[in-house]
Amino acid sequence: MTEPARRGFSRSREPAWLKWLLIGIVYLIVVVLIIVPLLQVFSIALSAGWNAFVQKALVDPDSLHAMWMTFVVSSISVTINIFFGMALAWAVARFQFPGRTLLISMVDLPFAISPVAVGLMFMLLFGRQGFFGSTLEEWGIEIVFSTPGLILATTFVTLPFIARELIPVMEAIGPDEELAAITLGASGWQMFWLVTIPNIRWALLYGVILCTARAMGEFGAVSVLSGKIAGSTETMPLRVDKLFHEHDEPGAFAVASILTLFALMTLIAKAALEHWVLASIKKPDANEL
Amino acid sequence: MSIRVEQVTKRFGAFTALDRLTVEAKGGELLALLGPSGSGKTTLLRIIAGLEHADEGVVRYEEEDVTGTHPRQRGVGFVFQHYALFRHMTVFDNIGFGMRIRKESKQVITQRVRELLHLVRLEGLENRFPAQLSGGQRQRVALARALAVQPKVLLLDEPFGALDAKVRQELRQWLRQLHDEVPITTIFVTHDQEEAFEVADRVVVMKSGRIEQVGSPQEVFDHPANPFVMDFLGHVNVFHGRVHDGKMVAGGIEFNAPENSANAPNATAYVRPHDVDLTRIPESTESIRVKILQINPAGAVARVRCYSEEFGITLQIDLSRDRYLALKPVAGEELFASPRHARIFSPKEDYSI
Repeated sequence: MTEPARRGFSRSREPAWLKWLLIGIVYLIVVVLIIVPLLQVFSIALSAGWNAFVQKALVDPDSLHAMWMTFVVSSISVTINIFFGMALAWAVARFQFPGRTLLISMVDLPFAISPVAVGLMFMLLFGRQGFFGSTLEEWGIEIVFSTPGLILATTFVTLPFIARELIPVMEAIGPDEELAAITLGASGWQMFWLVTIPNIRWALLYGVILCTARAMGEFGAVSVLSGKIAGSTETMPLRVDKLFHEHDEPGAFAVASILTLFALMTLIAKAALEHWVLASIKKPDANEL
Repeated sequence: MSIRVEQVTKRFGAFTALDRLTVEAKGGELLALLGPSGSGKTTLLRIIAGLEHADEGVVRYEEEDVTGTHPRQRGVGFVFQHYALFRHMTVFDNIGFGMRIRKESKQVITQRVRELLHLVRLEGLENRFPAQLSGGQRQRVALARALAVQPKVLLLDEPFGALDAKVRQELRQWLRQLHDEVPITTIFVTHDQEEAFEVADRVVVMKSGRIEQVGSPQEVFDHPANPFVMDFLGHVNVFHGRVHDGKMVAGGIEFNAPENSANAPNATAYVRPHDVDLTRIPESTESIRVKILQINPAGAVARVRCYSEEFGITLQIDLSRDRYLALKPVAGEELFASPRHARIFSPKEDYSI
């Protein structure tokens, strides 16, 4: 009710030219910084023709393998983060314990640390000369320059996404519905599946989408740990980087365009989800008693 | 089923929420836990339900010790202050939840949900979501949901706290009726003494994790056990004086002290606003000269606030409608107030608000 009135109020105070100037600047920035580069990616990718594009991006075994690696690494990382995120959000939102506040701030750490530093950190821990290196070698476990390393790095970098989405939602919902389920005879699992999950499903899905997008695009940490062995430890972003440095521009852009396409798809999924959730919230108002 | 709480203590850090508290709800009784916020009444309710663990003490259902029993196995119906309806489920699914958990057949669930919808007068709303209901409707869904599992005891946490005045009034009477129809042991928490008196069979007045008084509404109101209860049950005018030879003397007025009262250099007399009369001419030598400060005639009684220079206190006087119309006091006027009835407490009964 107050919304239209307020909009009218601000319209009467600010001159039209200022409004259009600001809107124009925003559009200009969006076009120059986002739309043009995006189109450029696709146009260069397709510059050598459609067949060359398909050849480079979808037939070349190394590119295909990079796609597979990206799929494997991001899906495992996201799965780990779903469990971690839920466990953390549960602990933080439902219990009081020493170090709780510290834990909440620690969750943001992966956002703050440069991914390259993360890569080096894991290298120093798990590399051959690293802290755990000799032990791991004894046990025959390879982390650095192999898939586990990529998963580890990607998981670390994307750690905050799901937990960050869930914590405020679980705090806002509070424990009462869960307790009500318990008093009605539900077991812990029944409570979790019938009450908790339905209540946090949108936040969870949202977190998963963001986490997936970030996991697919991860470059820095993965680049340090991968060793960039084509057909083995190369993910899509690494493949793009390598092709580019080998002056195979159409190839680099072909793979980049596929990666971009994936990113756009997650973005569309996110927008669709937001639209859906908004629609489900706008239910008719309560009737009087 | 009767509920007994014996010597229960609960601490949250340095704060003692319940202090060796013992209380009993008899089978089929409607018991109110009444007290200000922080008195431990909600904590007590949650300990009875098993949602909170007592540090010391025992909770018994009949003779059975359930102190260590999981809330899932206690068979209680708990209605949360903000109802805690499952927001993603319809009214039907909310009410049927407990039966679904117990793997009842669809037919049984449908049948029982219909009965409960009828009982709580919500027929036709079974496909609504909680967000589409008014506060009073949500409250009744929460009650129906709790009753659906045929609990041995019904526990309600501030059941009317979040509702507006008119709905609250209706629901109180309705809850009383419901209890007469479905007479299971019911304990509810409230900070509103009117609510407790209107609905409950017995009232437990609590303060700082202890029980101040237990009794029927009439007993508690007519014979408050101590100054705290007296004060908590409504506004009181306080006179300070001394007890001497069976009389309480405060300035120029005398009250009859309770029998066997020892002489005390300082004592307090508590006078309810409706126990003070207001007249143009002094009724006796004990009448107090007061100056009218403010009059609020809207309501069942006219509320008059006046100031006594002699005692240096502001008095609250409730005049009946008839009395008010006969007297027609105006602000600024000087009149005489005569306390008709007082309760005297000597200071050994320690008292702090």
